[in-house]
Amino acid sequence: MKRYLLILALIATAALSVLPLRADNTNAMAGMAMTNAPAAAAPAAPAPAAPAANNDPAGANTTGTRADVPNLIVSEPAALTGDDLKDTNKVAAYTAAKKAFDDYTAQANKEPLAMQLADTVGHNKIAINFVWTLVTGFLVMFMQAGFALVETGLCRHKNAAHTMTMNMMIYPLGMLGFYICGFAFMFGGVGAPGAGTLGTCTSLSHELTWTIFGKPFGIIGTHGFFLTGDTYDAGLFCLFLFQMVFMDTTATIPTGAAAERWKFSAFMLYGAFIGTVMYPVFGNWVWGGGWLSQLGINFGLGHGHVDFAGSSVVHMQGGVIALIFAWLIGPRYGKYNKDGSINPMPAHNIPMAILGTFILAFGWFGFNPGSTLSGTDLRIAVVATNTMLASATGCLGALLWMWFRRGKPDPSMACNGMLAGLVAITCPCAFVSAFGAVALGLVSGLLVVESVFFFDKLKIDDPVGAISVHGVNGAWGCLSLGLFADGTYGQGWNGAHWFKLANGAYQMMDPSMAPKDATEMGVLGLFYGGGMSQFWAEFVGVATCFITLSILSIIVYKIVEVTIGNRVTEEVEIEGLDIPEMGVEGYFGVVANKTAETPHVREKAHHQMG
Amino acid sequence: MKKIEAIIKPFKLEEVKDALGEVGIEGMTVSEVKGFGRQKGHTEIYRGSEYTVDFLPKIKIELVVADNQVEAAIGAIVKSAKSGKIGDGKVFVSGVEQAVRIRTEEKGDSAV
Repeated sequence: MKRYLLILALIATAALSVLPLRADNTNAMAGMAMTNAPAAAAPAAPAPAAPAANNDPAGANTTGTRADVPNLIVSEPAALTGDDLKDTNKVAAYTAAKKAFDDYTAQANKEPLAMQLADTVGHNKIAINFVWTLVTGFLVMFMQAGFALVETGLCRHKNAAHTMTMNMMIYPLGMLGFYICGFAFMFGGVGAPGAGTLGTCTSLSHELTWTIFGKPFGIIGTHGFFLTGDTYDAGLFCLFLFQMVFMDTTATIPTGAAAERWKFSAFMLYGAFIGTVMYPVFGNWVWGGGWLSQLGINFGLGHGHVDFAGSSVVHMQGGVIALIFAWLIGPRYGKYNKDGSINPMPAHNIPMAILGTFILAFGWFGFNPGSTLSGTDLRIAVVATNTMLASATGCLGALLWMWFRRGKPDPSMACNGMLAGLVAITCPCAFVSAFGAVALGLVSGLLVVESVFFFDKLKIDDPVGAISVHGVNGAWGCLSLGLFADGTYGQGWNGAHWFKLANGAYQMMDPSMAPKDATEMGVLGLFYGGGMSQFWAEFVGVATCFITLSILSIIVYKIVEVTIGNRVTEEVEIEGLDIPEMGVEGYFGVVANKTAETPHVREKAHHQMG
Repeated sequence: MKKIEAIIKPFKLEEVKDALGEVGIEGMTVSEVKGFGRQKGHTEIYRGSEYTVDFLPKIKIELVVADNQVEAAIGAIVKSAKSGKIGDGKVFVSGVEQAVRIRTEEKGDSAV
């Protein structure tokens, strides 16, 4: 019976994924309006009729031209339509701009070399951005190895093949789900890739938008399925690759929390859901031009929910899924005694865990600086340095705090601490100073230790600390941006423009209305004079992430539970998952200390008995 | 013939092997075992939680010797394996009914 339900579910999913191919257009439904979603920069002009497709699969035609160096050229002004034709100010402005453009065109025709140079400069600029985005994307892909090593090192010898293979298979599973529909859901309405850093293709201009409280709420993208049609563009492929490796980072986090008792088939079914639907929904709301990014221009909350490289979009999403799965699947056999005390199951390979941590830290140099999607945005140096600094205080803070609290400098906690610092800095990395990075990294080191104790008190068994590293510190990372952002970067983020006035006031206004002596600020947090506005935007994002992913995780877990079941039997768990689930031992031929691997459940902790 | 089983601390193995060689015993079988006596285990801590390790790693040496070598063998083992600290181990002696050298099919004392 369960198998038939599963087959039915798979057919339904396949059918549903085909439907959007036919439906991604500008149909208006009652109460909903389609609009071009604002990208991360200035809001788009009023939506005209759907423009002709301008995708460039070869990357040789329209990708990287003089249009990408707007400071070197004069662009044709957008033609006025409808009511604008009656506005004398707008007509005057258009006429002046059109004359400037005509004069420029006449001059350009007399200087062909200058125009060729402009095209070459534009091409090289975009090329630098392509190379940067792709290479940093490759670094993030390498983090899959880091996660695999950390998780397997922190789990037991008898589950090594199973833990490693989950981390292996999540890569293709998540990727294909993202290719089929996840990317379309998340970025279908994002506009030009990287807000223009990767070319000017406009194919991703389909966002399902609902009007709520009189404001446009971007809900989900509806274009870009299977990367076909006008999505076949060099810049969009660059964006896809980069975003896909971020999605796979989320996807691999729950494998650590549910390790050592998760059926491999159940994990595979989860893998089908993560790239297709679980990750892209919240992702669209923050990075796809959806409603969380518009909290600034819609409701005056800072620059909207800002998340530079994904403390909430990537890490907290993964952490919440990890929390729900670890909670629902239950603790490992023997983990807790009857009085709630803990029987530790020590890591079987500390060197592997530390190596994995360093690989992750290295990959993070792709994760954070790469999120500029631009090698010509020289803030990348600040981003990279902030990332590094937070990893250091996170690592040291966790090690020292654990040493102080419980008497030994636990290596696994040093690993968790470095990763916690990296997770926390991921959101604010572009917006804080070195001091901010060091400070928030230190807090994350302390936070990860205390939260590991906390979840054990709740009897939620997390073999690798995934919930504490990614969930708790993903949330802290976003909230810390609301505190530590210092205003030196991010002017116009998410379309919101905030100005510091001469009288000291700090407020949001349209740039054309700003007084001459006002200074436009970047993203600004509480400690640097920004008030609570940005903090509340981050809080709304964090709360939304927790609620949304909890619901989605519970649904997915239950679907798997009623079809094939999530947890292995007690016999399999005690024997070790390698042979029963995978058919092969991780370390065939290596004799291991089998008896110490499975604790005995007692009334109270062994060391407290007599 | 007698079988001598000695449970010793692992780091003493080389010393015991050398001492047995000095009294003319050249063959033995060694296995890695765990155990405890009155030494008891110790408490470790992982990720802030304590756990007890009752079983300590030891080495078991097994040798079969002719009756006239037993006292010399025991003396060599005890002298070289002793550290004076708790957990030094024990020596057991039991009788062996028969022994065969596989290569030559010799039996009895000439097989050990």
